[in-house]
Amino acid sequence: MATMNIIQAVNNALHTEMELDSSVVILGEDVGKFGGVFRATSGLYDTFGAERVIDTPLAESGIIGAAIGMALYGLRPVPEIQFVDFIFPAFDQIVNELAKFRYRSGGQYPCPVVIRTPYGGGIRGGHYHSQSPESLFVHTAGLKVVIPSNPRDAKGLLLASLRQKDPVLFMEPKRIYRASKGDVPEEDYEIPLGVANVVREGTDCTVIAYGAMMPVIEEAAVAAEAAGISTELIDMRTLLPFDIETVIESVKKTGRAVVVHEAPKTCGYGAELAASIYERALEYLEAPIQRVTGFDIPFPFTLEHEYLPNADRTLGAIRKTLEW
Amino acid sequence: MAAKKSKDDLLRVLDDEGKVIKGAKVPKLSDEELLKIFDVMLMVRIVDDRMMRLQRQGQLGFYMKSLGEEASHFSVFPLRKTDWVLPSYREQGAWFWAGYTIDDFINQLFGNAEDPVKGRQMPVHHSANWLNYVSISSPVGTQIPQAVGVAMGMKIKGTDDVAMTFFGEGTSSTGEFHVAMTFAGVTKAPVVFVCRNNGWAISVPREKQSAAESFASKAVGYGMPGIRVDGNDILAVIQVAREAVDRARAGEGPTLIEAVTYRREGHSSSDDPSVYRAESEPEEWAKKDPIKRLRGYLQERGIYSEELEAEISEKHNESITRAYERAQTLGAPDIDTLFEDVYEEPPWHLEEQRNYLMQQERTKSPHHH
Repeated sequence: MATMNIIQAVNNALHTEMELDSSVVILGEDVGKFGGVFRATSGLYDTFGAERVIDTPLAESGIIGAAIGMALYGLRPVPEIQFVDFIFPAFDQIVNELAKFRYRSGGQYPCPVVIRTPYGGGIRGGHYHSQSPESLFVHTAGLKVVIPSNPRDAKGLLLASLRQKDPVLFMEPKRIYRASKGDVPEEDYEIPLGVANVVREGTDCTVIAYGAMMPVIEEAAVAAEAAGISTELIDMRTLLPFDIETVIESVKKTGRAVVVHEAPKTCGYGAELAASIYERALEYLEAPIQRVTGFDIPFPFTLEHEYLPNADRTLGAIRKTLEW
Repeated sequence: MAAKKSKDDLLRVLDDEGKVIKGAKVPKLSDEELLKIFDVMLMVRIVDDRMMRLQRQGQLGFYMKSLGEEASHFSVFPLRKTDWVLPSYREQGAWFWAGYTIDDFINQLFGNAEDPVKGRQMPVHHSANWLNYVSISSPVGTQIPQAVGVAMGMKIKGTDDVAMTFFGEGTSSTGEFHVAMTFAGVTKAPVVFVCRNNGWAISVPREKQSAAESFASKAVGYGMPGIRVDGNDILAVIQVAREAVDRARAGEGPTLIEAVTYRREGHSSSDDPSVYRAESEPEEWAKKDPIKRLRGYLQERGIYSEELEAEISEKHNESITRAYERAQTLGAPDIDTLFEDVYEEPPWHLEEQRNYLMQQERTKSPHHH
């Protein structure tokens, strides 16, 4: 075991896999000598060389397009998009190309690309360094979408992503990149995709989140406990395909659910979770499902603390399910 | 360059009648190779004609012809089996040359149970991994950075394979073209870009795509050679492609080839060129027809006869009839294929959706085919 933050855990996973599998190649802006603007690829250039850790020209559609070509040819590219806010020039390559290659070619061309990209607010980055566009990609058949919330999961989920044969959008919560620290096994391990984690057991209300919202709901759970409310917390970890069983099992037990995400509310991930719960467990529910989300506005700068969900708003939503 | 530059800076070997231009270097090709090229060029023309007739009869949903552009397809001539091709949607000859069969081709058009892409794409979106021909995409230009990625992979793996990609002159307006050329120039990836300048992007003429004098000239900005070749001159096409492929294979980096040709018919079966261009334009270009010119050259080499051409045509017509009749007997792909290949293994939600669909009454296709 070693104490790592999320960046170090991501770096450790990349290092582990690059040593094991010579077909793993990293490409992106500033990922080489500099080691990435968040340092996630630090040291990899020195260890594995310029052919496997490639500083590309500054063009996201080229990074993803080239990664697709490499994957078609049998490599395991791991492109980095410096901020997910910059991913949109590559949207066509991801949605129409990467995600559809296996299907549209009749299964002839699998395209196992793992795109790493930091997402989310709370870093005083304004609109272009703070967004959470995960729902756009969860709505994309053929992609898998993974969001870790802590160092141990980051390493295990990234290694699992790199060892399966479907394209993955691996979104890293940059707000807690360094703040989230914990024990990470130094050896090789995987955390399977599609399996959520019940991080706290409780009886009164299920609170579901992922990524950088996990510390928020954990804080809310402590406050709830002080008020005599027992919450069960679920970290989704994989948004597509998601772990419906764990969610439904928990909601059947507690009879209440709150979903928390920083992305805008309308058609956000919470809408899918709420609909899925209603379809399967309506008769178990004691109250309508509550959503605590960002607002349907562009991500702000000065007032981002008012935009982002926090423990207070989460606690308010938990109380609402109990008082309904 | 070995082929001869004409006054408009176009590399040519054959004149409009198929006579070798004085001073031009003729690429080394055996009689057998030339006759095989002639065979496949005729095949493309016959297939195009037959498929468009099926479309007009309501038997086929959609089709795209390459009338007049067949020679440009043979940019793939110098490639070997381990090389890769990332095509656009108008290079039938390249597919047939590589060994894609008329059955593969027609089954794809009909999206039937033996369609290599399992009925998942509209007609002309072929894919053949056994030939290293990559699945065709409708949004233009997406294949260009992908081709650079394939070529970067070739370099990383240390092979001396080459990637070739095709696109039209309209596609050179996309960001993907610019981005791909930038990446290829910087990485010196072994890739050959073939721009089929056929004069028209659906209804928009070449002049409205670029103010540059030529599309080949764009290569300068990316640090690679750009070659402008007569795309209706099979010998010049092969000569130029051979030099570009050799360069790439030798580690000398990418080349942009502009094959100047002309789209003598509509963009697709849904198009009507009479709305936007004079009929005299395609008539003028018919005088530079690539098959006519190859025929002339074969005559000059003494290996052409009308009987031979009739035999080849009959062979293809028969095989098309046979493949088409067979394609009609094959049903639609199995309903399970709807949910396969989205992922390597269907996750629970796809299983659930498939089970739901299986419990419903089957819906009849509103299309005949």
